[in-house]
Amino acid sequence: MKKKFTIPTSASYAINTIVLLAIWGVITLMISSGVITNYWRGILITIGINIILATSLNLSCGYLGQLPLGHAGFMAVGAYAGAIFMKATPAAALIRSGNTLPVIPLFIIAVIISAVVAGIFGILIGIPALRLKGDYLAIITLGFGEIIRVVLTNIDSVLGFKFTYGAAGLARIPKFTSFNICYFMVILCIFIIHTFMKSRHGRAVLSIRENEIAAESVGINTTFYKTSAFVLSAMLAGVAGCLYAGYIGSLYPSTFKFMKSIEILVMVVLGGMGSMFGSVLAAIVLTALPELLRAFSDYRMVVYSLALVLMMIFRPEGLMGDYDFSLKRIIQKIVNGINKRRNGNE
Amino acid sequence: MSKTVLKCEHLRVVFGGLAPVSDFSIEVKENEIAGLIGPNGAGKTTVFNLLTGVYVPTKGKVILDGKDLEGYSTIQRSHAGIARTFQNIRLFKNVSVLDNVLIGYNHSMKYSMISSILRLPKYWREEKAAKAKALELLSVFDMQGMAKIKAGNLPYGAQRRLEIVRALATNPKLLLLDEPAAGMNPAETTALMETIRKIRDEFNIAILLIEHDMSLVMGICEEITVLNFGEVIARGTPSDIQNNPTVIEAYLGTKREE
Repeated sequence: MKKKFTIPTSASYAINTIVLLAIWGVITLMISSGVITNYWRGILITIGINIILATSLNLSCGYLGQLPLGHAGFMAVGAYAGAIFMKATPAAALIRSGNTLPVIPLFIIAVIISAVVAGIFGILIGIPALRLKGDYLAIITLGFGEIIRVVLTNIDSVLGFKFTYGAAGLARIPKFTSFNICYFMVILCIFIIHTFMKSRHGRAVLSIRENEIAAESVGINTTFYKTSAFVLSAMLAGVAGCLYAGYIGSLYPSTFKFMKSIEILVMVVLGGMGSMFGSVLAAIVLTALPELLRAFSDYRMVVYSLALVLMMIFRPEGLMGDYDFSLKRIIQKIVNGINKRRNGNE
Repeated sequence: MSKTVLKCEHLRVVFGGLAPVSDFSIEVKENEIAGLIGPNGAGKTTVFNLLTGVYVPTKGKVILDGKDLEGYSTIQRSHAGIARTFQNIRLFKNVSVLDNVLIGYNHSMKYSMISSILRLPKYWREEKAAKAKALELLSVFDMQGMAKIKAGNLPYGAQRRLEIVRALATNPKLLLLDEPAAGMNPAETTALMETIRKIRDEFNIAILLIEHDMSLVMGICEEITVLNFGEVIARGTPSDIQNNPTVIEAYLGTKREE
């Protein structure tokens, strides 16, 4: 029997990189030639932000098996942290003068600040909250999200230093989020989640979802891994928040309402808990669909809920279940199929 | 003379006014298969939960390989060398067979989160080594062909075996088997006996098992401890136990006096 065709890991990394760069090239070309209008470029950025939000929530929801409802809270923390930093730098002037290259290091620092601040909040919330399970965890994280929003609404200055501007909103944030930055941040976030999950740490996280008692019995430090996954999820939500701040240009606490958390959760559930591909797909569909159906925007929420109800009836595990897309696997399948047919004909 | 792996001294646990285990002592040596039997509700599984740190004993000591395990959590005890299986199978069902075993190896792998996210050479090296070890361990139990199947889709007997393999992956000194033959037919039970003997011979560990299937217990255990109402009522070789009047009384009751 002939040996099956397999792609070595290093080659599959190279293939994925090439494909992602090709997609980027095509979209950039379409933007510069005007096929993708400014309006749709904005939607692409929103899609990117939502992909980061959905995949990061999928980490604590689908992989860790908890149900946090305060994802918008972490996004808000990250957004404000990144925005305040960027306002303090000369980024706005640089962007206005068309000199975007020096903005990139500033942006990287802003993303790191957002991630760290959101991560600190993740630790603060995660350690007490993860002692609870199921509904209780949902309620405590929901409470956290609301606290963040209420605090941001009511505090405008700290020690006389204008800080978050309260309900009036944080305006005139330099608009540093371009399509390119967004695209590569999405890839980076997905890569981080993927490499985290496909390691001993990721397997430990999965074991907690599957059976916590058994996980402890084989020596998995459940508290540590629960907190790690939760914090990583919060950090990536912070990154998404930072991108959002740089895209929209002004932040209002009312953006990060409870419904925002639910919106992200809907993406995860619709895509299939525990499927990264599902989260990405659902984020794309649920962001693009309302734009395509602008004429029927009054019925958006009706379609939303109808879609969810139908999903729960016909496909309770989500669009993708726990299937994950792998280019390597697909190529292998095709090549093996061709080989088989060729051998069959001989 | 082989060394003592597990030593329990006067273990006792009290829940409110109830003492499921009131006085339990045992010694298990290296390369020994010890049995723990007793009627339903005698406190056998509670003993396992005391040994693995699920419950904290009210009194008494658990000594593993000369080390007092007082204050050790379940996780620390697993790292110290106690592995167990469960009466009702607790596998990671939606994860592949191979990953189930690799989760058992988690503690023996050392690479950090940073090296897994950045895919540093340490990650590749340790993953490769662990995967090879896991496949080898699976092949000892003739399960290497099932490595990619989801654990929940395995046939019942294979699930039982996989739980044992996962426990062995933690590199234990003492293996606790809670009713390994539950729900098995006689042929599967015979195969299981062979498996348990093989584990003892190849891994040089002590095994303590709870079982209701007397053919298995009498067939492979070298020493049997009988528990009733939380107390040890007899101890000895299988033939001793079979003829012990106290044991017969505990299982069958006494003749009513006329």
